Amino acid sequence: MTVAATNASAPMRPQSRPRMAQFLFAAALCLAVAKLALPDGLVRPPDWLVWPFADWFNAVFSFIRDDLGLIHVTRAFADGLESVLDVTANLLYGKNRWPRLGPIPWSVIAITAAMIGYAINGWRLAAFAGLTFVWIAAMGQWQWAMETLSVIIVAAPVSVFLGLLLGTMGWKSARFRLVLNPLLNVAQSLPHFAYMIPVVVFIGVGAKAGAIVTIIFSVPPMIRMTMLGLQKVPSEVVEAGHMAGATRWQLLRHVRLPTARTELLVGVNQVIMQCLAMVVLASFIGMPGLGQKLLQLLQALKIGRSIEIGITIVLLAIMLDRCSKAWAVKQPVHLEKGTSWLMRHKLLVIWAALVAVFWALSLVFPILHEIGRRDALSLAAPLDAIMDWIIGTLDPVTQWLRWFLIVWVLIPLRDGMLWLPFSAVLVFLMAVGWAIGGKRSALVCLGYFGLIAMSGWWDRAMITVYTVTFAVFIATLIGFPLGIWGSRSKARAQAVLLVCDTLQTFPSFIYLIPVIMLFGVNDVAVVGAVVLFAAVPLVRYTIEGLRGVPEAQIEAADMSGATRRQTLWSVRLPLALPTIMVGVNQSVMFSLFMVIIAAFIGTQDLGQEMQRALSSSDVGKGLVLGLAVSFMGLMVDHLITVWANRRRRALGLS
Amino acid sequence: MSPSQPVISCRNVWKLFGPRPESYLAGLDPAAGFDAIRADGYVPAVRDVSLDIARGEMLVIMGLSGSGKSTLVRCMSRLIEITGGEIDVDGRVIGALSERELIDLRRNKMGMVFQNFGLLPHRTVLDNVAFPLEMRGQDIHARRARALEVIELVGLAGREDYFPRELSGGQQQRVGIARSLAIEPDIWFLDEPFSALDPLIRREMQDEFLRLQAMLGKTIVFITHDFDEALRLADRIAIMKDGAVEQCDRPDRIVMNPATDYVAKFIEDVEKARVVHARALAQPVDGQTLTGAPVDGSKTISQLARLLVNDDRAILPVSGPDGRVIGAMDRQQALDVLLGAAQ
Ligand SMILES: Nc1ncnc2c1ncn2[C@@H]1O[C@H](COP(=O)(O)OP(=O)(O)OP(=O)(O)O)[C@@H](O)[C@H]1O
Ligand SMILES: [Mg+2]
Repeated sequence: MTVAATNASAPMRPQSRPRMAQFLFAAALCLAVAKLALPDGLVRPPDWLVWPFADWFNAVFSFIRDDLGLIHVTRAFADGLESVLDVTANLLYGKNRWPRLGPIPWSVIAITAAMIGYAINGWRLAAFAGLTFVWIAAMGQWQWAMETLSVIIVAAPVSVFLGLLLGTMGWKSARFRLVLNPLLNVAQSLPHFAYMIPVVVFIGVGAKAGAIVTIIFSVPPMIRMTMLGLQKVPSEVVEAGHMAGATRWQLLRHVRLPTARTELLVGVNQVIMQCLAMVVLASFIGMPGLGQKLLQLLQALKIGRSIEIGITIVLLAIMLDRCSKAWAVKQPVHLEKGTSWLMRHKLLVIWAALVAVFWALSLVFPILHEIGRRDALSLAAPLDAIMDWIIGTLDPVTQWLRWFLIVWVLIPLRDGMLWLPFSAVLVFLMAVGWAIGGKRSALVCLGYFGLIAMSGWWDRAMITVYTVTFAVFIATLIGFPLGIWGSRSKARAQAVLLVCDTLQTFPSFIYLIPVIMLFGVNDVAVVGAVVLFAAVPLVRYTIEGLRGVPEAQIEAADMSGATRRQTLWSVRLPLALPTIMVGVNQSVMFSLFMVIIAAFIGTQDLGQEMQRALSSSDVGKGLVLGLAVSFMGLMVDHLITVWANRRRRALGLS
Repeated sequence: MSPSQPVISCRNVWKLFGPRPESYLAGLDPAAGFDAIRADGYVPAVRDVSLDIARGEMLVIMGLSGSGKSTLVRCMSRLIEITGGEIDVDGRVIGALSERELIDLRRNKMGMVFQNFGLLPHRTVLDNVAFPLEMRGQDIHARRARALEVIELVGLAGREDYFPRELSGGQQQRVGIARSLAIEPDIWFLDEPFSALDPLIRREMQDEFLRLQAMLGKTIVFITHDFDEALRLADRIAIMKDGAVEQCDRPDRIVMNPATDYVAKFIEDVEKARVVHARALAQPVDGQTLTGAPVDGSKTISQLARLLVNDDRAILPVSGPDGRVIGAMDRQQALDVLLGAAQ
């Protein structure tokens, strides 16, 4: 059969693909049905199939670390980083280190943020940025927020620099790109925790480790955007540089990088947002700051106070995102001739003046310098009251939902998933691959999941698969109709997209607050968080897909007398489907991340093992688990990309 | 380097786009046509072009869109590597220059105006124009002064601080022209440099170029779609089709004796009388008796129209630049040029 399929001449291909897929589906079904008759080796991966990858990774790691002495290098790098971190820590929250100037009064920092907001995007951003810091100070969270920010301020520039460097190298050398691209694919689908374990082994725990893991985690998007930006520089601009007699370095420095400005700044935006997401999560490896506080409060089920911290994180996320995005789209504008020095540097002068004024004021009024615990406001009590009331009112519903989901959906699904023979799952995935992309895709599916089987974590992986599948299914049920509803009119689409954009900037951790509040600490909460997190890209891409359908097609449908419903189902949706599938793809990716993060509130999947690996600093195990998760994501990514591209071509959209 | 030596000399230049152009060209049947090469998956953007461009000459390249004009010019400036043949610039094989030598050549000798302007979006007009000077390492005051001078020349004074995005297409194009003027190159490549300009400024710019060329003896390769422009400027015109040069000659010779059917079609709509000079119609005297005052050989037939219609001589003497008779023109032939041949 396989031979026939490979040798089939081109015109036979379209036929042989579904036939082979059908055959594989049937085979998978047989394997599942005949489970009891199957030898053990087809039900669970047999011992000879499970390879000790973790031991190998550990051997390699200890070789690199001890024998090659890399630990000294990393320690030295970390120490260098630490001295920089100490400076920002001193300035922002007065850690007792050189230069011993800090802490800068909170009012000065708030006014600085407002000025930056104004310079980038005018009054509204200024107000937002300034008030964010006022809120932080007033709520008595200054210390924690500054602990978090002091790391971002150091980590983001380092990331950007590294990304520029690697991205330029990747752009320059095709051979380097050949290595870099697969690495980036894996890196961008590797769960956060997988990054932490090696860092703990090499660096230890604390702010220093947090900064390093943040840097590593946030570099990939910058590398990608650098490569993209440099590729997109119009060839004529480069040729103009050549004709001006620019050397290679001059071309890069004066022509290519500045022309790629927008892409690079989009990269900077992504770096900053990744930094924030990671720095919050780095609380798991002892990084102090907002994340750690939130983790403690959540574990203690102090809902009101965790909402306060959640709001702070959300405000910071929105502020950082808006500022960096506005910077990316801001184009230079000329000043009128004869503008004086003072007018040219108007904002700088005003800022300096304001800083002086507020610093002086803070010397007179200590409250402008630091808001102590006693003076701080707190919304915790009323928030707790409101939440108690909400929870109390909803309790019958949530109780019932919890019971229903656990007893009737989650447990049966999980048991079913675990019951399936692994051979049936593999053959089934191959069938899906074959149906979508032919032999190559079937082999890709087999490769990824075969490796997961060989990792020895099959059962855990199946639990992850079931959680993600179920969550994405529910997310589709919610997100898809919401997307259709949102795409009805342009104004509505814009409004919903804005909400989605904003929600997507939130660090994943935030999504845990409401679900823990409603469902407590259990499986349902995990699924709830994943659903919330995964529905956002679905809504977003559904709207973008539906709104992106060419006007002419819709007019043609209108002219042939289609009702709105008919237009939706037979014109808009089919044309939008490739884009919607990109949303599904992202949604799966997000779910995988979220499932792993949510592990600390109690799951039995790969995430839980990852937590264990983290607490025992087991690099090999952590990496194997991380790769298992990453392979799931990459497989889905492969299938959807192949499908969407084929579909787009068939529809003549590309 | 003797003065008669061509500044740019192309010998059998090929440029193919495709997966493995060199080896494909090596095995290419010399008689293979454009379509045969296309069918093999290659784009023959420049096909076996041989041209010499003399010092101080203005060569105009014309041809339909996609005929390879821009590609040929890019080959001459080595912005792209040629697939076969050889190009000499100032007697040196440009393909063999090292990176350093090439940079020096471009910094000191060459300038180019790009079809789509190729401006640096993050730099002001002033900084764009000063860019080549900056690359050369000129100090800031000298380069600003020079840049302001050429900005003034192209009529953009007062807009030095604008960014390209803030300018109209024609203004952007003038920034591109100014940038190439800034270093006063000896060899100038102009890829449709006036395409976005309004007729008035276009004419001013043409005059400016003619002036510079006459004064400084620049060698100019000029691409245009506008025949009138070509006639105004060109010493010679090269007409390209599918990557090959169909004919390269003086404008009136092209009009009077098109080398191929394609050229004939290409110039079909040209008003011949405005192109052809009296001297081009002059035949050797051959002992005929010529009467009356000679006509000025450097005038076009359309400039002589009134005289041709009113005069009743069958044969008119034609005078050269120094006033001496250089030949005889058949009045009927001249009238045919003016009015079209009798059907
Ligand atoms: N980088 C490239 N890769 C592949 N093909 C190219 C490339 N550059 C040009 N070509 C092809 O070479 C041919 C000649 O292009 P060229 O730009 O020289 O045309 P042109 O005569 O300047 O046209 P226009 O008047 O529109 O500017 C075209 O068929 C074009 O598609
Ligand atoms: Mg062109």
